[in-house]
Order: sequence, then structure tokens, then C-alpha cells
Amino acid sequence: MYNSGKIIAGLIVFVALFTFPFYYNLGKANARPEPKTDTPAIQEYAAKYGKKECVESKEFMRGEHMQLLNQWRDSVVRDGNRIYVNSAGRSFTISLQNTCMNCHSNKKDFCDQCHNYMAVKPYCWSCHIQPKENKS
Amino acid sequence: MLEKALYGGKRYWTWIFFLLAVIGIGFLAYLRQLSEGLGITGLSRDVSWGFYIAQFTFLVGVAASAVMLVIPYYLHDYKKFGKIVILGEFLAIASVTMCMLFILVDMGQPMRVLNVVLHPTPNSVMLWDAVVLNGYLFINLIVGWTTLGADRKGVPPPAWVKPLIYLSVPWAVSIHTVTAFLYAGLPGRHLWLTAIMAARFLASAFAAGPALLIILCMIVRKVSKFDAGSEAIQSLAKIVTYAMCANVFFFLLEVFTAMYSNIPGHAAPLKYLFFGLEGHTGLVPFMWTAAVLAFVGIALLVNPLTRRNEGILPFALIAVFIAAWIDKGMGLVVGGFIPNPFETVTEYSPTAPELAITIGVYAIGALVLTVLYKVAIAVREAGTAVDH
Amino acid sequence: MSINRRQFLKLAGASTVLGLGGATVLNGLKREGLEASQISPDPRALNAKRWGLVIDVSKLKTDEDYQRCIDACHNIHNVPDHGNKKDEVKWIWKDNYEHTFPTTTEDEFMNHEYKEKNFLLLCNHCAQPACVRVCPTKATFKRKDGIVMQDMHRCIGCRFCMAACPFGARSFNYRDPRPKIKIENKAFPTRMIGVVEKCTLCYERIAIGEPPKCAEVSNGAIVFGDLEDPNSEIRKIMAEKFTIRRKPELGTFPSIYYVIGGKENA
Repeated sequence: MYNSGKIIAGLIVFVALFTFPFYYNLGKANARPEPKTDTPAIQEYAAKYGKKECVESKEFMRGEHMQLLNQWRDSVVRDGNRIYVNSAGRSFTISLQNTCMNCHSNKKDFCDQCHNYMAVKPYCWSCHIQPKENKS
Repeated sequence: MLEKALYGGKRYWTWIFFLLAVIGIGFLAYLRQLSEGLGITGLSRDVSWGFYIAQFTFLVGVAASAVMLVIPYYLHDYKKFGKIVILGEFLAIASVTMCMLFILVDMGQPMRVLNVVLHPTPNSVMLWDAVVLNGYLFINLIVGWTTLGADRKGVPPPAWVKPLIYLSVPWAVSIHTVTAFLYAGLPGRHLWLTAIMAARFLASAFAAGPALLIILCMIVRKVSKFDAGSEAIQSLAKIVTYAMCANVFFFLLEVFTAMYSNIPGHAAPLKYLFFGLEGHTGLVPFMWTAAVLAFVGIALLVNPLTRRNEGILPFALIAVFIAAWIDKGMGLVVGGFIPNPFETVTEYSPTAPELAITIGVYAIGALVLTVLYKVAIAVREAGTAVDH
Repeated sequence: MSINRRQFLKLAGASTVLGLGGATVLNGLKREGLEASQISPDPRALNAKRWGLVIDVSKLKTDEDYQRCIDACHNIHNVPDHGNKKDEVKWIWKDNYEHTFPTTTEDEFMNHEYKEKNFLLLCNHCAQPACVRVCPTKATFKRKDGIVMQDMHRCIGCRFCMAACPFGARSFNYRDPRPKIKIENKAFPTRMIGVVEKCTLCYERIAIGEPPKCAEVSNGAIVFGDLEDPNSEIRKIMAEKFTIRRKPELGTFPSIYYVIGGKENA
């Protein structure tokens, strides 16, 4: 091999950099995300209606809440339409800050649970004011 | 062919590492700008475009100037330019790269830049600016690399390159016209609302660009065995002369219209630039320096005795380059915002982080230019080229 | 089979382009999105063909009258106060006649009272806005009801709109606004650094049937209505009094009208 010294040295550096995320996080077990839906607003809703319900089903929200939010964003900001009728026929005011965060007022125990686990940093809350979280 | 840039002497590598260090400093300053915002620059609510956009505007002109080599050589068979067309094309590549970087560092949300592609807006000149700049970059990359590659192998370039080369001629004119249209269509900015904006831009480009190219050729001659030839340099110098005369003439035309019509809104920006408004005189020394340099440069260039003297010529060219840079950069861009829409004055001057980022981008351009020129020189020195 | 390096690279390149291109096309064709029937406007929303304001400054008598309108707007919209002119963000502000109508130029013989008078300035929500013309991403766009709207999610912060606006109505977030918001309205978002903002004619209030906040607190100095409805209050005022707009010669057709007149108009 020509330049074997440089090539092997380069390969070692490459492998070290490439596998860095794995050995850096060795031993740091990451717990499963456990988003909590026991905010006062949700509990009040459950007391009134007998069950906890979001705008759409849990499965749909888990997979597609960002797509829904994007469409909500365009419908309010660009089309001026603020009422959303969900697949069960109930209507909601389209608002991340005033509808979604009204029930899910515990960002640290709900939104951040999965986002931190997946190392996702959505910047929604740079603008949309997140609710102040209580110590309890 | 790129591997030719990896072989160089101590002087070459010292220069490369110096540029990398400057780029590093600029990058750190940019990281600070990303986290704290553009508030660390001198920009304000009234002057919302400043040093970065000024550099972009000036460098688009320098990039377009490659056409001043392409037209004589490819359209009129002026063989004297044969050896250095590649240098013009590579200068265009480095310039357009810097243009795009300056736009990127000026943006408030650069991570969203793809929105321009995802939501194209044909009525916005900025979309077309992005299109023509990227197109020009690709044309020059493909044409330059292919023709240089053919030279290296000692064969004529492939036939498909010719239509691209012909395309680069109107395309070069278009990049600067479109950039001028960014300014010339805005109803509230009286310094810019003039039909002659695109013509002024092109004249200034064809003065500053070839001036820089001649200086680069002289530097290349000093650090390598590649000699552009004094005939080529003299032809380019004549182009600079005529272009700079046109540039100054167009500017004086603007002055006449503004001053003779006596319309206050029209005259106010020019008054601010050359005499100051309401006690604000921030740009006055720069504009008069530019004026003096422009006339000195023209005087030295028009006179054949001084133009042919290759000891004096560089100074004339530097004078022209700096005059164009001040006028088109700071004078035009900042002057457009002063006075503001309320006819009051908010001045602007770049801050240290802004200058650091600017110099960092220039260093990136210099690095691209150095690497590309190293490759071009290596091919020329090998002497394999046909027909030059 | 023997294949040389050039052929291999061509094959790899073509496969990549086709693969990526095909995937993108298939993705784009995939049916997604909300059904049109699921989204609708709030029934309380006010509708118009062209919203506008008439501002009668003779009804704004004290400095406090002006400041009340400015503070009301800036408070409900979380507009930051950076405390310096450079980073300033403002949606509505006051300035004198000479700065509001600068193209009418210095007039030493003008009615003294009007020369000293202050006006309220804001985005003019022009019918043919220069800012919308130049925005490369349609982050600023004109709604069907005439409001020139700002989509903070799409803005790339290029500030072309600020250069284009002949009225200086737009502000840029040169710094993080949040630390400088004096009174936070939790029902309305803030903005982040790097985007342009301006008055949006209280689109969020119009959507639930309320007039713009500045008009509401102005004690009748600011009247809000549909310019294209001949029976609206705003058109009645404009039929009785002489009104002017800022820089009409520039062809943007502003929708904010200022009542001009002497004491009999008070």
C-alpha cells in the first residue's frame, strides 16, 4: 500500500469519530419517555366527560402531531380559518398556545419527555409562550 | 486535477494556513451572531442592509467581469486572452461563492433559506437573483474545469462546452442586472429608484473586476512561472479605463438629475453622502476619498505612458478598485437608507464582529481562489495546453 | 463484466439522482392533509373586502391619548422594548406632520397647529404593497380581506421587505425579544430573533369579531371598517371630511387615511 502510514492513521481517526456517539453514551441508560397526561386541565376534562381525549386519537397524535400542527399553522396564519372539526365531529379553536398547551400545560413532563429522548429540538416555544409550570 | 493544489512550497502553505486561521475567527464571530442575533452588527430599524449586502453587491460585479475576457476570446478570437480566460472564470467562481456566503450571513433565519425554493415567488427579484447566481456558479465551474482539464491533457475542449460558454455571456450580464433590479424597483428609496442603476452596476463591475484580475495576474507572475503576457494585461487595462470612465460619467449623470431637478427627496441621499445631512457626516470622508481615487485612477489609466508602466499600473488599478468598492458598497447600499422614510437620519457603521465575519468570508473567497489558481497555474506551467 | 471508473461513477450518479428524485415524487404524490371540511373560520369573524382605518388626530388631544393606543397594541402583541433606537421594534408610533408626510416638504406658512400636531403611524396595509411584491417566500402576503399579513414561521429574515416599504412600517428582531417584553400577553405568541414583524391589523381579534385594539382604545380617533362597503362608518367619514394618505404618489395605495381639517373638524 502506498502512503500506508497516512491511510491507516486516517482510518483510525475516522473510525474513532464515527463511533463516538456510541462509546460516549455507554453506560448512560436512557429511560423510556413517559409523557404524563395528569395536568389539572386534563383531569377536569376527564371528570366532566369520563375520559381523557385529545384533538385526535393518541396513535394519530403520537405519529402525526407535527403534520397536524403544520396544517393548523397554515390554516390560521395564511387562510384565516381558526376552527378545526376533528374526526369525531368535535370542534376546537386552532391554537398551539391556547388549545394544545391549555391541556398539556406540563411541557417538561409531556412534550419534552419524547423530544429529549429523540434528541429533537422543535423551536415552537421560542415564540409560542409555554405555560408556567408548577412545582407540584 | 484538484490534487495539484496539494503541492506547494512553504510560502503557499503559510498563506493557506493564514487564510484558515482568519476563516476560523470569522466563523467564531458568526456563531456569536447566530446565537445573539444580528443586533451585534451596526444594523438598525432604519438601515436594515449594511456591510454584508454591500460586499455582496460589489462582488456580484467582480464575478460578472469574467465576461470581459470571454467576449474577446471566444466571440472575437482575441488570442491574447487565451492563457488567462481560466483565471477570469476562477475569479468568478470565488466571487459568486463569496456573494452567496454574504447573503447567508446577512439572513436572520439562515436555516430557513430553502423556503425560497419550497415557496418560489416569481414576482420577487430575490428568487431570480438566487437562480442566476447559482446558474452562473455552475456554468463557470463546468466551463472552467472542463477547459482546464482539456488543456492538461493537451486536447481541445469538447464541443458541448461551447454553447455553455456562449450562455455565460448574457448570463454574466444578467447576474448584475438582476442584482441591480433588487434596488431599482423599490418605490421608497430615491437613491436607488433610477433606470441607470443596472448600467451603473455593469460599468462599475467591468472596471473593478478586470482591475482585480490584472493585479492577480501580476501576483501570479511573481509567485510562479506563469506569465499572462503584457499585451493581455494592457488590453485588460484599456477595458478598465473605458469602464471606469463610463462608471464615473453615469454617476455624474445621477448627480445632475438630483441636483438640477432640486427635488428634495431625490437630492437628500447624495447630499448626505458628500456633504452630510443635519450634521451627520459619517460617509463624507469615504465618498470624497472614492472620488479622488477614481479621478487619479482614470488619469493614470488614460495616459498611455503611465498605463504602460507596469510599476505605476498596479496603483492606478488599486485606486479604481477601492473607489468602486466604496461607491458601490457603502455609498450605494447605506446611502439608500439615509435619509429614512421619515426624512430623518440614522447613521450606520459596521461593528467589530461584523467586520470579523466579513473578513472571514473574504478569506473563504481567497482560499477558493488560491486553490483554483494553484491548479490552473500547475496546468499552465506543464505547458500541455493546445492553441494558447 | 469489466467496468471502468468513469462508467461506474456515471452509473452511481444516475442511480442516486433517479432514486432520490423518484422518492421525492412518490412522497409528494402521497395523499395527505386535512380535508377541506375540517377547517373553517370562526363564525364570529368579521369579513370585509378591504379593511382600512381612518385616523382623526384632532380627537387625540394629549400625549396620553397617543400613548394609550400605542401601549394597548404593544402590550397585547408582546412587542419588546429594547430601549434604544437601533434595535427598536414598533408596530404603531407617533410622529409629527413633517415626518409623517415628508414628501409634502417643508412649508413655513402652514397652519401652525397642524404643523405641531402628532400623528399615529402604522403599517398602511396597502392595496398594492411593495413589501409583498419583493418577499421571496411569501412570508408577507396580502389576505383576501386586505390585511398585509406576516407569517413568522416562513420569514427567512432577509429584510428585503424592510428595504421595499416606503413607510418604514417594519421592524426586525435584531435581538431576542423575550427579555424585553414588559407585559406578557399569554394568549398571543412572541417572535424570535431573525424575523421581521409589523402591525397585522389585529387579525387575531378580527377573527373573533373584535376591532383592532388601537381603534378600540382611541375614543373614536381611529375608526376601523371596510373601505369597499359604501355603508360603513369609515366611508361615511370619508364622504364628509377631506382625508389624505402617506406618500400616495408611490403607487402602493395605502389603506390608512388621515382626516385633515381645521377646528371645525374637531
